[in-house]
Amino acid sequence: MNDFLQTVDWSRAQFALTAIYHWLFVPLTLGLSFMIAFMETKYYISGDEFWKRTTKFWMRIFGINFAIGVATGIILEFEFGTNWSNYSHFVGDIFGAPLAIEGIMAFFMESTFIAVMFFGWNKVSKGFHLASTWLTAIGANLSALWILVANAWMQYPTGCTFNLETVRNEMTSFWDVLLSPVAIDKFTHTVTSSFALAAAVVIGISAWYLLRGRERKMARHSIAIASVFGLVFSIVAAFTGDRSGAVVAKYQPMKLAAMEGLYDGEQGAPLTVIGIVRPEEERTSNDDAFYFKIDIPKMLSVMSFRDSEAYVAGINDLLDGNPEQGIMSAEEKMRRGRVAVAELERYKEAKTAGDEEVIAKVRRKFDPDTPEGREFLSEYFAYFGYGYIATPEELVPNVPLLFYSFRVMVGVGTLLILAFALVWWLNRRDRLADKRWLLRCLILLIPLAYLASQAGWIIAEVGRQPWAIQDMMPVSAAASRIGSTSVMVTFFIFLALFTALLAAELSIMFKQIKIGPDNEKR
Amino acid sequence: MDTLQLLQHYWWAIISLLGALLVFLLFVQGGQGLLYAMGRSEAQRTMIVNALGRKWEFTFTTLVTFGGAFFASFPLFYSTSFGGAFYVWTLILLVFVIQAVAYEYRRKPANIFGERTYNAFLVINGIAGALLLGMAVATLFTGANFTVDRLNLADAGGNTTISQWTTPWHGLEALADYRNWALGLAVVFLSRMLALHYFLNTIDDDDLAERSRRRSLCAAGAFVTAFLVFLVSILLGSGMRATADGVIVEEEYLYLHNFIAMPYLAVMLLAGVAAVLCGVWLGWRGSRKAIWWSGSGTVLTVFALLLAAGWNSTVYYPSLSDMQSSLTIANSSSSEFTLTAMSIVSIMIPFVAAYIWYAWRSMNRTRITRQEIEGDDHLY
Repeated sequence: MNDFLQTVDWSRAQFALTAIYHWLFVPLTLGLSFMIAFMETKYYISGDEFWKRTTKFWMRIFGINFAIGVATGIILEFEFGTNWSNYSHFVGDIFGAPLAIEGIMAFFMESTFIAVMFFGWNKVSKGFHLASTWLTAIGANLSALWILVANAWMQYPTGCTFNLETVRNEMTSFWDVLLSPVAIDKFTHTVTSSFALAAAVVIGISAWYLLRGRERKMARHSIAIASVFGLVFSIVAAFTGDRSGAVVAKYQPMKLAAMEGLYDGEQGAPLTVIGIVRPEEERTSNDDAFYFKIDIPKMLSVMSFRDSEAYVAGINDLLDGNPEQGIMSAEEKMRRGRVAVAELERYKEAKTAGDEEVIAKVRRKFDPDTPEGREFLSEYFAYFGYGYIATPEELVPNVPLLFYSFRVMVGVGTLLILAFALVWWLNRRDRLADKRWLLRCLILLIPLAYLASQAGWIIAEVGRQPWAIQDMMPVSAAASRIGSTSVMVTFFIFLALFTALLAAELSIMFKQIKIGPDNEKR
Repeated sequence: MDTLQLLQHYWWAIISLLGALLVFLLFVQGGQGLLYAMGRSEAQRTMIVNALGRKWEFTFTTLVTFGGAFFASFPLFYSTSFGGAFYVWTLILLVFVIQAVAYEYRRKPANIFGERTYNAFLVINGIAGALLLGMAVATLFTGANFTVDRLNLADAGGNTTISQWTTPWHGLEALADYRNWALGLAVVFLSRMLALHYFLNTIDDDDLAERSRRRSLCAAGAFVTAFLVFLVSILLGSGMRATADGVIVEEEYLYLHNFIAMPYLAVMLLAGVAAVLCGVWLGWRGSRKAIWWSGSGTVLTVFALLLAAGWNSTVYYPSLSDMQSSLTIANSSSSEFTLTAMSIVSIMIPFVAAYIWYAWRSMNRTRITRQEIEGDDHLY
């Protein structure tokens, strides 16, 4: 492997590392901020000091998480530039706008009002403090909106056109970018599942207090809020997840096929509930992809296309093509992509030579206002990214990782819905504290919720490999040209730093839970 | 000036303003760098950290927004500088990461590494953060070693990278230019002076106030010296400008010419410098108002300098390797559509500024004292 390809791999590893660590802290703050706001609202309405004390305790947990979330977040933003410079240029015109709006609208709201939320108890009125807590929650979730819109565009580039002169994609419709089906589902699914995770954390910590026989009132009231919050949003997350599956089937069929380990497309395709995937060298068709599996007949077709007889494309269809189903082969896409890249090269040579005739010809091909341009853009440039792909096999993401991640995410998500419903019901009847086995299970639910949340991002990001931008730019054409050793060194520096900070964060968090709501300084 | 040019100038102004506000808000870093020099006792260090800790998020957010706005409006700069000066930007990131957790974790029980480690994080961020940011901004005037060819993307299977660094040092070569050091050090000492003025304003402690008063003059002296070296070298040196047909040419006394061609910038610069000097004098007198003069002066001065670096067809990121690869606001901006969309959103900026001001004012009504700190619920 040459040095640049190693650089690409290390850059991917570094970005994945940062994203994984960042996402350990963000989902809790997204959901917890709203639960804190509910609690403070109760304090504002009732004037009961119990609610103030409860709010402050959860606020402390929020603050510990928030700090490290901020630390890892800044690196993600700047890594787009440091490690993915071609990507930054290629999409800056589209990706930059949501980021700038995020900065202006969300970051300042969050950072301004979080200071009031933490330090303003004795300095501002109760009403202003409550408003600040709500605005912090809204700001945090608005931040998520804009970055998720940007991520959704990478999965489904829309609302843009290629500009030959600037050699990049340029936005033509802000609303198409903001309101694309992928963006809507990505935001709603990510945020609602984060709310469910936060609810699981609140319930798990409260369960620990009940097990210890401490802070029973706070634990019970926290569970009452978190179980309803978690139940509502985990059900919404299930619906939005279902919609996301349908959107993936439409716009990223290879991701869906890899998630299901589906090699040969089928009409009335079954959904595999569980299974064990065979090693890569043994997998060639549906018959030899699994050691064993349990299917639900036709379910994949229903989930993907809302039609039990719909055809779901498999990996082999997408690689070899399936004319009957109108699926183009990977080789053909690569050929067309190379034609598009070659036109760009011709343009470069003509510009160097000052050949105005060729320059004019190429410009016509990239002009969406002419029939010739429209044809070239839809028939060839639509496959531009395939021009950088060396072999069709590169187009297949990691099947086992996606297959298992999807099952973990859905399995834990289902478990969360059941757990929230059961906890809400038992807590309402004041019978939860007696169920010690259940309380222990609720504590175990916390790491499971995190695992599911991470699994969701693995599906989203590993599933779109090799693309930095779906069909437009593979990661190999997106990376900065830095020595692989440099990126490897920064990878290990970040790994050591984040791990140390995570250890500190967990240690502080456990200690604060142990101390309880009374005295954080003890 | 057509619409696109107008938008490019508008967004350069927004970025310049964000940069100017960032330099002012680096008083947080300045204060962190003085943590041990000013905080002789535990109580004093606690007051200092908590005075700064209620503002660090603003600085951090402004830095992130500065980066985001640069990415959005001039993406070619983002991809060129960040992807090229890799070591410098990575170092900047590292020193800001350790700051983000230090405030929240330093006094928390079971923080594993102990309070002194987190204090050390604050000091490192306070000095290195300001120095590195200052040096990075200086390269907007002094240049960097890169080439840009967008059509490299056509070289499938070969070298597709659009922006390439031409030295193996990936940004560290900026250390060899004394002008970068001059601005870096100027920012370090300016941030320290601003921090001392901020302490005078915010902390009600006689001992700290007296030392802030005395030290502010030393910091001001060092700042003015370093800043003058940078300013004079820039005004009397050469720079690059784009001709009407986009060709980049070198020009002697470029920035001096810019201030003559745009006299309102010269007035802004002089007003800023005068306000900073007034702040220095008030600081020496121990006045609580010093920070407002030195702070507003800083914003005006940096704003004028950054505008002079980008307006008037000036190259704002000169390439020392290939002059024609140099970046101007015209050849590196986002499209008219994107800049327009962002401009519509930017209408909200005054509203954002208003609520920041309101929240800040509400929180700053009470000065920080030993008693106030002890009674605080969320102590850093």
